[in-house]
Amino acid sequence: MGRLARAGPALGSAALTGAVRLLLVPRWRGRTGADSDPAAPARWEVVTVDRPPEQVLPDGRWPEPLRRLDGAVEVRVRAAPGDRGTELAARPLAGATPPAGLAAHLVGDDPGLLVRRTLRQVKQRVEAGEVLRADRSALDRPEVHG
Amino acid sequence: MRALCWVAADELAVREVPDPELRNERDVIVRVRRSATCGGDLPLLAGRDPLLRTGDVLGAEFLGEVVEVGPGVRRHRTGDRVVVGTSVACGGCWYCRQGLHSCCDNAHADPASVDPDWGRSDAGCFGRPRAAGGFAGGHAEYVRVPYADVGAFRVPDAVDDDRALFAADAAPTGWLAAELGAVRPGDVVAIWGAGAVGQLTARAAVLRGASRVLVVDRHEDRLRMAERHSGAEPLDYRRTDVAAELRDRSGGRGPDVCVVAVGAPPPDRFGGRSADRPDARREAVHACRKGGVVVVLGAADGFVDAFPLGTVTDRRLTLRGARRPDLRDVPMLLDRMARDELCTEHLATHRLPLEHGPQGYELFRDRADGCVRAVFTP
Repeated sequence: MGRLARAGPALGSAALTGAVRLLLVPRWRGRTGADSDPAAPARWEVVTVDRPPEQVLPDGRWPEPLRRLDGAVEVRVRAAPGDRGTELAARPLAGATPPAGLAAHLVGDDPGLLVRRTLRQVKQRVEAGEVLRADRSALDRPEVHG
Repeated sequence: MRALCWVAADELAVREVPDPELRNERDVIVRVRRSATCGGDLPLLAGRDPLLRTGDVLGAEFLGEVVEVGPGVRRHRTGDRVVVGTSVACGGCWYCRQGLHSCCDNAHADPASVDPDWGRSDAGCFGRPRAAGGFAGGHAEYVRVPYADVGAFRVPDAVDDDRALFAADAAPTGWLAAELGAVRPGDVVAIWGAGAVGQLTARAAVLRGASRVLVVDRHEDRLRMAERHSGAEPLDYRRTDVAAELRDRSGGRGPDVCVVAVGAPPPDRFGGRSADRPDARREAVHACRKGGVVVVLGAADGFVDAFPLGTVTDRRLTLRGARRPDLRDVPMLLDRMARDELCTEHLATHRLPLEHGPQGYELFRDRADGCVRAVFTP
């Protein structure tokens, strides 16, 4: 496990003094644990953000909305190969108590989904400046006439 | 506002729906002046997409006037006449920065939910169900355009609406096909499908210097249109041995570039496979010269059996594909339209008020009455 993984939502300036530090994080295996073993660590969810690490985690802090998962997930960060920015990974912490309101999402049929959504929102915020919202479906709005 | 909505398989209706609203800072709202049918709509029309819902507004290709601007928009102001690229793309991800807008990472409102392979969502698309981002289409009076600085383009005064409309999708798709095929001066190019995209692929190949462009179809009116407006040689596959003709007209080598632009498969409500589409692909692979390029366009079926992979390896072919175009070529294509190098208005064979949208789609789906594209005016 990389040294940043246990650093929590505030990674600290020492942990993010630059990409050199991030490169010290070892390459993780693609798969830890097995679906059939409930005690096995959850799968890492990974997203590549096309910006340098210091923009993905400014001041060494977990960006929103990742911060709200504090205490429920562990996070890894490293520079992506080929100057493709930053690889940001997270997975639910085994045995952790999820924050109120997130428990069901983190233990449901696909506990990785909330983590994936959160990482994608971080990516959208950093790369596009905002989290994209869908149009409201006509069915969601009562004015529709048949 | 009024909009053309999907109701059920093979059933569309113009309905009153709520006006769109600014949902993000980089959005604009466009008052639609023209919208066109698209081959990619036909599987939706047939009810073949499980994520389509009653009330979804169709329409991937449209043009209009900006009437509302989000606070994060820099390049547009109210009153701008814009054509809107069919792909929704953020402009800031790695793919967009490479010019691959159709692969944008950030143009889906919930990519994680439709992304079982994780990390493989495509760009969004207007007028598609939630699987394509969740954005209503342009067959309506108004439409919301996310990331408007990236995907909406001011139309030069010299280009009228009827021509500029096709800069949204059909023209950039045709240009992309020629680019993927790396068409060079002197090349022989064969194109299967003489619809709007096939014809504009032919025109793109001519503009890139191809010495001979051949278009294969079975609709006489489309073939004549391709001949007249693109300078292509028509091949009616009902009356011609296509493979032999292509060999003969390329000095026995085969075309340098073969493009399959046959559009979406015909509606099939019984679960069977449409035999003609894979045949077009097989024919293209078999026809192509050694070391040539085969480009497959459009919303392909998930799997095609009996694909001639051995021919691809034996002849050292390059196989490339694209489902929808990027945005980078739209300004260049508008400039060509302004110089009359690229004319597209003839593709709008049927101009109808939006209220006649269902009939327009019937004509388009059935290729009836010589319909290449139906264009609607709200």
